[in-house]
Amino acid sequence: MAKRRIKPAPRARRRVDQLGLRTAMADRLLPTLVGAMSFLAALAIAGTLAAATLASHWQGDTGSALTVQVTDPGDPAVSGGVTRLQAVLSTLKASPNVSNLHQLSADEMNSLLKPWLGEDVTKLNLPVPAVIAASWNQAGPPDALASALGAVAPGTLAETGAAWASRVAALTNSIQASALSVLLIVALVAAAVISVATRAGLAQRREAIEIVHGLGALDSDIAGSFAMRATRLAATGSAIGALIALPVLLWLARLAEPFAGVLPQSNLPVLPMPLMASLPALPVVAALIGWGTAQITVRGWLRQLA
Amino acid sequence: MIRFVDVWLKYRHNGEASAASADVISGMSFDVPDGGFRWLTGASGAGKTSLLKLMYLAEHPYRGRIEILGIPAARISRREAAMLRRRIGVVYQDFRLLPHLSVYDNVALPMRLARRPEKQIRSDVSELLHWVGLSNKLDRRPNELSGGEQQRIAIARAVVVQPHLLLADEPTGNLDDEQADRLMLLITSLNRLGTTVVVATHNLSLVRNYPAPCLEISGGRLVHEG
Ligand SMILES: Nc1ncnc2c1ncn2[C@@H]1O[C@H](COP(=O)(O)OP(=O)(O)OP(=O)(O)O)[C@@H](O)[C@H]1O
Ligand SMILES: [Mg+2]
Repeated sequence: MAKRRIKPAPRARRRVDQLGLRTAMADRLLPTLVGAMSFLAALAIAGTLAAATLASHWQGDTGSALTVQVTDPGDPAVSGGVTRLQAVLSTLKASPNVSNLHQLSADEMNSLLKPWLGEDVTKLNLPVPAVIAASWNQAGPPDALASALGAVAPGTLAETGAAWASRVAALTNSIQASALSVLLIVALVAAAVISVATRAGLAQRREAIEIVHGLGALDSDIAGSFAMRATRLAATGSAIGALIALPVLLWLARLAEPFAGVLPQSNLPVLPMPLMASLPALPVVAALIGWGTAQITVRGWLRQLA
Repeated sequence: MIRFVDVWLKYRHNGEASAASADVISGMSFDVPDGGFRWLTGASGAGKTSLLKLMYLAEHPYRGRIEILGIPAARISRREAAMLRRRIGVVYQDFRLLPHLSVYDNVALPMRLARRPEKQIRSDVSELLHWVGLSNKLDRRPNELSGGEQQRIAIARAVVVQPHLLLADEPTGNLDDEQADRLMLLITSLNRLGTTVVVATHNLSLVRNYPAPCLEISGGRLVHEG
């Protein structure tokens, strides 16, 4: 073969798209659907984090806290002579298992009820019960105390935080379980979408794949090309979905502020740290799902080639 | 060396080798030594392409034993098969160029799969495309070219990695006499450098001009060797 100078060699080129996947897997449907899945995932994560935050806020050290509610505190007690509130207070003082008695002031009641009922509860002229906070030194529930209180002032409620804590925990657990199943379903749907798009690409490039296979391409070469493409599309879609979720989450965070006990420090709402950290993780997870699904789909498909 | 021992082939339909489908290759046995050259002749439908498919591992026999370049074809992994295919250059009867790639990228493909450095790819591909007379069409797509031009690209792609085994299926079908002679010059010089060559053809004048042992088949059987 004669060696001669010929036309300058083609310029340095970007990675050659040997299977033409830039056109075979180009549709917008995949990134759009993966983006929608990411959006849902972001909401689910926000839901589970919010539940956890509210739960920890409410539970606090409530395990040993005793709350007594006396309705119509000013009415006369059963024994007569004193008010219902006074009768309850003296019963509590007499109990060896109760300490640190403290009757909530109007201000304290206000701040407790504000998130639910508005700025000034007293103006509403509601029949607000008197609330007494105390420490409960026993492990068990205050059933005997409750019936003793009921005897002097019927309708008085005595509860430790334990009852509350277990109810809140049950609620939190079920919210988190639901959110987890939403995440799982969202991931499965994303994988299914990617698998369908990959199959469509395989069908469209069947001949090219056969040719490249015949030239000695490894299964890993071919699966790798598809996986790269799927990874890119899934990560892009997911990043867009997470970005769209951001303002929605900020808005939700703002709505939740009074309940979470976070004082609004600035006019800008802030997202809790774990949520801030999980939003950028969404495209990474989507990329991994894209890569893995494409690898499995293509390697399975290639088995039919000799 | 290529060795066929009592090889039988049927085409599968939907993955099933139905009992009704006919044998395309029947009890074929022959050897081609390393560095050998064989013509493969026979009427249309005799089974030339099918025989080549067995040699480039696109089909597997349902009975018999095949060795390609000394490697038993039945007992290798997918990875080993891919590695073996990289040592085999094939000029397909229907070219099988990738329509979305340029002429240059089509010819460069086997070198890229073998992860050769881009610099070497550039010089080898350019030289070969010059040799087949297409150095002015590097950036064209295959479907913008004539049949003969496409055939020359297919030839360039088959020989660019200096294969140990070259299988050409009707490689002169679309070439004029002068180009056919040029192609034979290329093939015989590769053969002299040690490449084992099998060329299937209808072109009997070509066979007369380049005398070499001949595998003649008919109805899937070897009817004459030598
Ligand atoms: N993919 C296939 N599926 C089923 N039968 C096939 C297939 N390919 C070829 N055949 C049959 O196998 C026989 C041999 O075909 P083959 O292509 O090997 O012949 P050939 O000698 O190359 O013919 P030609 O000279 O026309 O290229 C023919 O009867 C053909 O119909
Ligand atoms: Mg043929």
